[in-house]
Amino acid sequence: MFPFLLNRLVSLALSLLAASIVIFFVLEVVPGDPAAFMLGMNASPDTVAALRHQLGLDAPLLERYFYWLFGLFRGEFGISYTYRVPVAQLVGDRLWISLPLAIYALALSTLIAFPVGILAAARRNSAADVSIMGITQLGVAIPNFWLAMLLVLAFSIGLRWFSAGGFPGWNAGFLEGMKALTLPAVALALPQASILARVMRSSLLDTLSEDYIRSARAKGLTRRQTLWRHALRNALIPVLTIIGLQFSFLLAGAIIIENVFFLPGLGRLVFQGITQRDLIVVKSVVMILVFAVILVTFLVDMTYALVDPRLRRQA
Amino acid sequence: MSEIGLARRDNLWSAALGSRSFMIGAVLTGIFVLAALISFVWTPYGAAAQDIPNKLKPPSSAHWLGTDHFGRDTLSMIMVGARTSIAVALIAVGLGAAIGTPLGLAAAARRGSLLDEVIMRGNDLVFAFPALLIAILITAVFGPGAVNAIIAIGIFNIPVFARLSRGAALSLWQREFVMSARVAGKGAVRISAEHILPNILNTLIVQATIQFSLGILAEAALAYVGLGTQPPTPSWGKMLSDAQTMIALAPHVALVPGLAIVLTVLGVNLMGDGLRDIFDPQLRRSRG
Repeated sequence: MFPFLLNRLVSLALSLLAASIVIFFVLEVVPGDPAAFMLGMNASPDTVAALRHQLGLDAPLLERYFYWLFGLFRGEFGISYTYRVPVAQLVGDRLWISLPLAIYALALSTLIAFPVGILAAARRNSAADVSIMGITQLGVAIPNFWLAMLLVLAFSIGLRWFSAGGFPGWNAGFLEGMKALTLPAVALALPQASILARVMRSSLLDTLSEDYIRSARAKGLTRRQTLWRHALRNALIPVLTIIGLQFSFLLAGAIIIENVFFLPGLGRLVFQGITQRDLIVVKSVVMILVFAVILVTFLVDMTYALVDPRLRRQA
Repeated sequence: MSEIGLARRDNLWSAALGSRSFMIGAVLTGIFVLAALISFVWTPYGAAAQDIPNKLKPPSSAHWLGTDHFGRDTLSMIMVGARTSIAVALIAVGLGAAIGTPLGLAAAARRGSLLDEVIMRGNDLVFAFPALLIAILITAVFGPGAVNAIIAIGIFNIPVFARLSRGAALSLWQREFVMSARVAGKGAVRISAEHILPNILNTLIVQATIQFSLGILAEAALAYVGLGTQPPTPSWGKMLSDAQTMIALAPHVALVPGLAIVLTVLGVNLMGDGLRDIFDPQLRRSRG
């Protein structure tokens, strides 16, 4: 297990380094001087030069990269050009909306997809299976932000069960916070659950046609016993891959859904950053999201090894 | 044509006509492709023509799908929007396939080499950036627009095609017909182009349909958040973002563009499912 872990950790570090290089240098190509932008049109060249120095913008490119990179390790992302407060503070506040939203959606998606996918595979070609396949085919095709609008129309404007948007803050209580995130999480989760349920079904069907399943049945186990004891665990590998991939979709999706529900999360921050040319904010948010995606990929790799011991030995 | 595919090729048309999901998908997709093509020569009204006194009108005989908050005809906007969606998704997938497939073939041909390692690690890196984040980076540098949406979705597609073609090509390199081509003195490039590519084409086409439907969803999402197609060019995503604040007053302005997206994506997905079954009858039998 140790060489496997070491191998994966090195690859994790290299991926993060490569991603930081791409993000930093892509955003350094951008024309325009943030210092001149912050001070406005009437600032004197001396003031602009002083601010450039203060922000470290007059240093050579490589030096600035390493300064930014080591800042990331210390949790310092620099000062926002427009808000004039540390980016870490801006990001910290908003991360506590986007991240719980993505996790909430992932949990919902998995909780819906597992039973539905297992039911469809266990009752293959039954009316239940056909309906599940039809509904999930539709679910895959629905854009999550449109589904979000429909949910607002039904549950906020029509039934008045949820507010149409905004976030009361976690200070208002955990349940209040979760309630505000429920419609956004459902909108994010349903299309992903449709994909996951289909993957679960086809993976289980593949596993159920294996020889060892036939042996298990011949040994006298019932269909139900073979499904739960033998097939499910083996069918999980492709399902885990998709769950890992879905987390990155959900994080990216979360920053779109935040727009529908006026949630003050990372999405709003990054889109404001783009329009206001606050590139240090854009750089930091993108880096955090990519970090999350790479980390989840790493964790999924680790989970494979737990589910399938053969993979540990291969590495 | 390829050694494996040739025998089945004649039967493909009859299989396509016999596949229910392919036919339903083709009809749905065809409707929107046709609407997009017709919009070049005719739309019921000008897609940008405003008529404020008739704003937010529900569907009627004058405006089949109603009007938006500027009194623009929704059907005309949907038709022109279809053009944008289809073009952006098609070019982006084409771009991803055109760059990704040769990379994947090269990696497979030089399996285990430094080239293979560089290509695959490069893929992993791009994979860590969801399309939206690529779009955010590109937009931050060059500003929003349809071209940047194409580039963002295109870049996102490169590793998809690279991985798929590498994986499919690797198993073919072990096959006898490739061995005999090598014995005959053909180089890796020729073998990849003449023997490997034709045999993985079916797999690539099926994947391209999936990526195309994802492309339509991504284009809509980018336009919705303002990073994609810019007004006055109509796009389904932009129509939805305009509709958002009016959803309580006039639900149809949000329903129509959303349904257009769903039906197109559904159509393309059904076509993809159908194609997979047609290309691989064994799969159809085993999955039921």
